[in-house]
Amino acid sequence: MKMIKNITVALTVGVAVSISAMAAGAGKHPLQVEWSFDGPFGKFDRASAQRGWQVYKQVCAACHSLKYFRFRNLAEIGYDEDMIKAFAAEYEVAGDVDDFGDPTTRNALPQDVFPSPFANDNAARASNGGALPPDLSLMVKARHDGANYVYSLLTGYEDSAPAGFDLTDGKYYNEYFKGAQISMAPPLFAGSIDYEDGTEASADQMAKDVVMFLTYVSEPSLEKRHQMGIKVLLFLLMLTILLYMSMKKIWKPVKEGKNFYED
Amino acid sequence: MAEWESVKPENKALSWFEERLPVLSLMNNVMGPGTPTPRNLNYAWNFGSLAGLMLVIQIISGIVLAMHYAANTGIAFDSVERIMRDVNYGWLIRYMHANGASFFFIAVYIHIFRGLYYGSYKAPREVLWMLGLVIFLLMMATAFMGYVLPWGQMSFWGATVITNLFSAVPVVGDSIVTLLWGGFSVDNPTLNRFFSLHYLLPFVITGVVILHLWAKKVSDSGNPLGIEVKSSADQIPFHPYYTIKDAFGAGVFFLLFAAFVFYMPNTLGHPDNYIPADPLVTPDSIVPEWYFLPFYAILRSITFDIGIPGTDIIFIDAKLLGVIAMFSAIIVLFFLPWLDTSKVRSTKFRPMYFWFFWILVADMALLTVVGGKKPEGIWPLLGLIGTFYYFAHFLVVLPLLGKIEKTLPLPESISNSVLKPAE
Repeated sequence: MKMIKNITVALTVGVAVSISAMAAGAGKHPLQVEWSFDGPFGKFDRASAQRGWQVYKQVCAACHSLKYFRFRNLAEIGYDEDMIKAFAAEYEVAGDVDDFGDPTTRNALPQDVFPSPFANDNAARASNGGALPPDLSLMVKARHDGANYVYSLLTGYEDSAPAGFDLTDGKYYNEYFKGAQISMAPPLFAGSIDYEDGTEASADQMAKDVVMFLTYVSEPSLEKRHQMGIKVLLFLLMLTILLYMSMKKIWKPVKEGKNFYED
Repeated sequence: MAEWESVKPENKALSWFEERLPVLSLMNNVMGPGTPTPRNLNYAWNFGSLAGLMLVIQIISGIVLAMHYAANTGIAFDSVERIMRDVNYGWLIRYMHANGASFFFIAVYIHIFRGLYYGSYKAPREVLWMLGLVIFLLMMATAFMGYVLPWGQMSFWGATVITNLFSAVPVVGDSIVTLLWGGFSVDNPTLNRFFSLHYLLPFVITGVVILHLWAKKVSDSGNPLGIEVKSSADQIPFHPYYTIKDAFGAGVFFLLFAAFVFYMPNTLGHPDNYIPADPLVTPDSIVPEWYFLPFYAILRSITFDIGIPGTDIIFIDAKLLGVIAMFSAIIVLFFLPWLDTSKVRSTKFRPMYFWFFWILVADMALLTVVGGKKPEGIWPLLGLIGTFYYFAHFLVVLPLLGKIEKTLPLPESISNSVLKPAE
């Protein structure tokens, strides 16, 4: 048993140090926010995710694509079919070629991905001073401590760089960003959108809501995963207890010193 | 060698089949009641069957993933996202496969360290040990190629760094690299051949696992006391005693595995691998998966050439030396049965080796940390010390220790030692 304890300790330490070893990244450590999706029972806050969708659509979508997100996915944050169809229909996407071989356009349908704001990367760079706005579909998973990172970045702009900091023209000072210089202008201002549900649109509120939405887009299976996990763990726990009790019972004669190969 | 015990089923049809292909006898002699096993195996002996179970999980989940994955640089990343989003339970299968690799390595590392602690590599089990090392090497190759398949940033740059190592080989190095790449950089042909080999190697591993079990059958299981089985009183049938004990161990292990799959699925991975591969953007730091970190640290710890001091003559440059050191770190284990000169197997009776064993574990932990850090500040020095100690343990400490260590008296027999005196 002592051996097992030793191994467990060594293993835990080993895994812990390697995780912290991997966590070493650039930029200021993000602010820690309590999210509704944290923890084993964590869920998305539907109202917040819906507000976040509004923020994405009205602010972020001007520059950032969301290429793994389809309109139909909105059902999972609480929109019904008709609303999804209506949301999709606000956008135009490329359709099939017509009978003469000419390209056509049509209104988007629920199964379409959210249309990219730019035709290609070069067009995106040309409109953004040479910087490429990254796709946001996986942003929360593609950064260390992603949800807190995105929140901190969105709310972490400072009006001016500290004295002595050489800020490149057209860049903004944000300590949470690697190198503290970011090409994205501060995107969120209090009252810049009107929330459909009447919530006051402070910059902080909008940042939290859009992180809620983007976390959903990065990991749509999160709720299903959490719910199934409880069941799986409970099942395994019961099974393991039963196996333990069976083992104790089966091993009794061994512990009592029975010789199974007595001639 | 343990005796072969045939099974004679009462059922006529079964008996007819058994006479023509003795499958039941084979099972009986590998893990059945006809497999006499030392009665004193502790929980450290659970990890062999756990590694076997993880291999099965990896193969099954991998086969399903391969039904949906597209090995093409243009769509590989998209196809993985499709698995995560649109394939029914695709997220579950992929998270099981990704974390399964880590848990396979956890099981195998504990299995290996158990071997080191209880001297499982000593005669007559040298070939059994070496077959295990072959499995370990194959696992490393398989895991590395598997990590390339999602075609994220870490996939691409990890593949670039590791395949480039082979260019250090004199004369044929560049040709080897071209062959690995299937071209002149890591690109679509590389991804295709890695996918092909990633699918193939697990079945090669399965083959070597069968040889590993065969060698175990021939030499029998070792045991925590490290002494030979003296009489039948020392043994109990594998089934039901160790089957139920392995099953209980699997329950505990799977609880931990499930905790990662369902609640920390990305903790053991690197966020950069959720960024599509971009040959024009190098990540801040290129780190392999945690299970490669000690060997990565050994590779990077060598930053000096070997040559004649004061001249420009270099026999082995730093890059080649690092590659040699990394591969030697595993090759040296093949010679362990002869490097360890002690006649006593179990650390229980080796008071000095006990400390050196745990220093080696600490050294591996140190190298794991160093492997994950950028090579700056104190880390390269610690890496070099860790590397030096790793080799000193096997090449200096073990040969000498067997000669100078005063081992404790061995018990007469397993049954004497573990059973209460008879009334």
